Amino acid sequence: MQLPPALHARLAGAPGSAEPLPVERNPAAGTAPFRFAPRLVRFPREHDFFEDGDVQRHLYLQDVLTQVGGAPERPRVPEFTCQVAGCCQAFGALDDYEHHYHALHGNVCSFCERAFPSGRLLDAHILEWHDSLFQILAERQDMYQCLVEGCTEKFRTSRDRKEHLVMRHLYPVDFRFDKPRKSRGPAMPGAAEQVLAETLGDDGVPSEGDAMEVCSEHVEPPPEPAGERRAYSHRIPSTICFGQGASRGFKSTKKRNKHQ
Amino acid sequence: MWSRERGRLKPLRCGVEELRCRRREREAALRKARREQQLVSKRLLRDEALEEAEEGCVAVIFGEAEIQQFLRLAQRGTEEKEREGALVSLRRGLQRPETQQTFIRLEGSIRTLVGLLTSNRALLQLEAARCLHELSHSEQSAVVEACLPATSYLLTYLSGHSSDFISPHLTVLEALGYALSQLLQAKEAPEKIIPSVLGSTLPQHMLQLLQPGPKLNLGVAVEFAWCLHYIICSQVNNALLITQGALSTLGLLLLDLAGAVQRTEDAGLELLACPVLRGLSNLLTEAAAEAVGRQLQLRDERVVAALFILLQFLLQKQPSLLPEGLWLLNNLTANSPSFCTSLLSLDLIEPLLHLLSVSNVVSVLVLTVLCNVAEKGPAYCQRLWPGPLLSSLLDTLAFSDTEVVGQSLELLQLLFLYQPGAAQAFLQQSGLQALQRHEEVAQLQDRVHALQQIALHG
Repeated sequence: MQLPPALHARLAGAPGSAEPLPVERNPAAGTAPFRFAPRLVRFPREHDFFEDGDVQRHLYLQDVLTQVGGAPERPRVPEFTCQVAGCCQAFGALDDYEHHYHALHGNVCSFCERAFPSGRLLDAHILEWHDSLFQILAERQDMYQCLVEGCTEKFRTSRDRKEHLVMRHLYPVDFRFDKPRKSRGPAMPGAAEQVLAETLGDDGVPSEGDAMEVCSEHVEPPPEPAGERRAYSHRIPSTICFGQGASRGFKSTKKRNKHQ
Repeated sequence: MWSRERGRLKPLRCGVEELRCRRREREAALRKARREQQLVSKRLLRDEALEEAEEGCVAVIFGEAEIQQFLRLAQRGTEEKEREGALVSLRRGLQRPETQQTFIRLEGSIRTLVGLLTSNRALLQLEAARCLHELSHSEQSAVVEACLPATSYLLTYLSGHSSDFISPHLTVLEALGYALSQLLQAKEAPEKIIPSVLGSTLPQHMLQLLQPGPKLNLGVAVEFAWCLHYIICSQVNNALLITQGALSTLGLLLLDLAGAVQRTEDAGLELLACPVLRGLSNLLTEAAAEAVGRQLQLRDERVVAALFILLQFLLQKQPSLLPEGLWLLNNLTANSPSFCTSLLSLDLIEPLLHLLSVSNVVSVLVLTVLCNVAEKGPAYCQRLWPGPLLSSLLDTLAFSDTEVVGQSLELLQLLFLYQPGAAQAFLQQSGLQALQRHEEVAQLQDRVHALQQIALHG
């Protein structure tokens, strides 16, 4: 089947079309014994017309399943560690590392070092957590945007938004909802243990696997030890934090050195 | 895992000829199953795979306690290997329907699985995806429905990533798409499942995953294109899909596919072409499509160019899909002077005629498209003439298939009506003799006689 050479160029060209030729029908066209009339044709699910394509699809799936059944061998490399400051995760395969890097070090908030699944969620986080103008505006209007792309709803509080995510978008009800945001003071004795505790989560359980966490509204701030924590605001409202917990807190040794 | 570049081929235990033979047998079995409306049966997918899979059948059924143990280990084990191993064991267990049932009834199990699907440890994510894969094979709709609520959440998380380079995310996305496609094929899908899918943001996510561009991944796109096809051909609320941009997205994807087909020998593009062709063709029949069609998108003659490039590709790689491509061409041209004109101005009549030798079904469709063009009047017929059309028609009149001949007769009537000199030329080329063979055929004789009269007496 030879196609005209200009066709490929046309595909690559601009959208548009030639002026349609004038239509002029004779009423005798398609009259008995003839019967032709142009018709849009629609095929429902089970129609025989789909048989060939469906069979091909199933053959493909069968092939795929044959491969999935066995565990694929993955190329392994000599072990190496992540080069990001403060992270000492070790890897034996490149795609593991790629994945780790993207999940924990990509889209990182420069203020609090939380990592986010996407640039969009990072932007939302920065706006809601680190922008004082946002806080001011939020007192007067609905500022908390729904996190699902394509949904334009906005909410007065992050709790309302959370409810919307659960009710409307079927987000898991209690997925990390109960983890309170820890307020941080300047480096205290035992800060290293605190960091470790945060990496592991509240109860010593590894916090991996929770890509999206929602911190509950904390109505009253935790009791403050005298002096040290006043420098940090407790007014930060609860919000849905998408960050990977592991990056929070004083993880960066660079920062700590600065204060010393 | 799903994409063929990554999968490892099993060592060939038998010769190429035997493989071909087996494939023919499998194909025959699938055709039979489809006719008996059994094609959706997951058993068909499983039985083949189980024979060839390394592990073979799983004897053990896991109870609640065991499943809980595996999940706990997977989530909180200290050693990477231990966590992965727990998921592997769980996945094997999930091959049994009893275990699947127990799993979904266990509180928090799906939630845990969802958490693992979004883990930052790639190996865990992959194994979790395989567990999801197993669950989506269930014959019991309850199992597959249990996975549905998580889909919206997972798609938000997964499609937020720049997934070009993150293979586990792509794998999970593909698994999700596949699971969803199984769900959408269930008998009760049109009444129960599709309405709720349409009421969620899932269609928008799906369309996003089908947007052409650097982020488009073939494996993922294939699964979600099939999902879209199942939704569309169930005819629940296609108008809604059109307002969400389904026509536009599929149209752009068609253009993209045609571009890809020119650039690469990559097998697998027909896997995406099929559901795209179907989705577009069916959507074009909706009233809502007409409104959209009046906007630029569907008057764009690049769509016609793309379709022909795909037809050429299909002729090489998958001739059995030609009817589907021509079905789209019919729906594009039936009520559109614009697209009929494009066929003429882009010189596509001759390539179209080339397809007349492929099969009877294809021939009928080609002739139908030609009728779509010819019935628009003299300006169109003039551009169809002279050219190779007449000799092609004389060839098709020699076919024994009644439908092919019938459609040829329809086209002849239109040509005789609108194109001066056509009847004359037909006579000169021994057209009457060609007609004569069909004088006794019940379905054809009236039209044959009518044409003979017109040719002789004008």
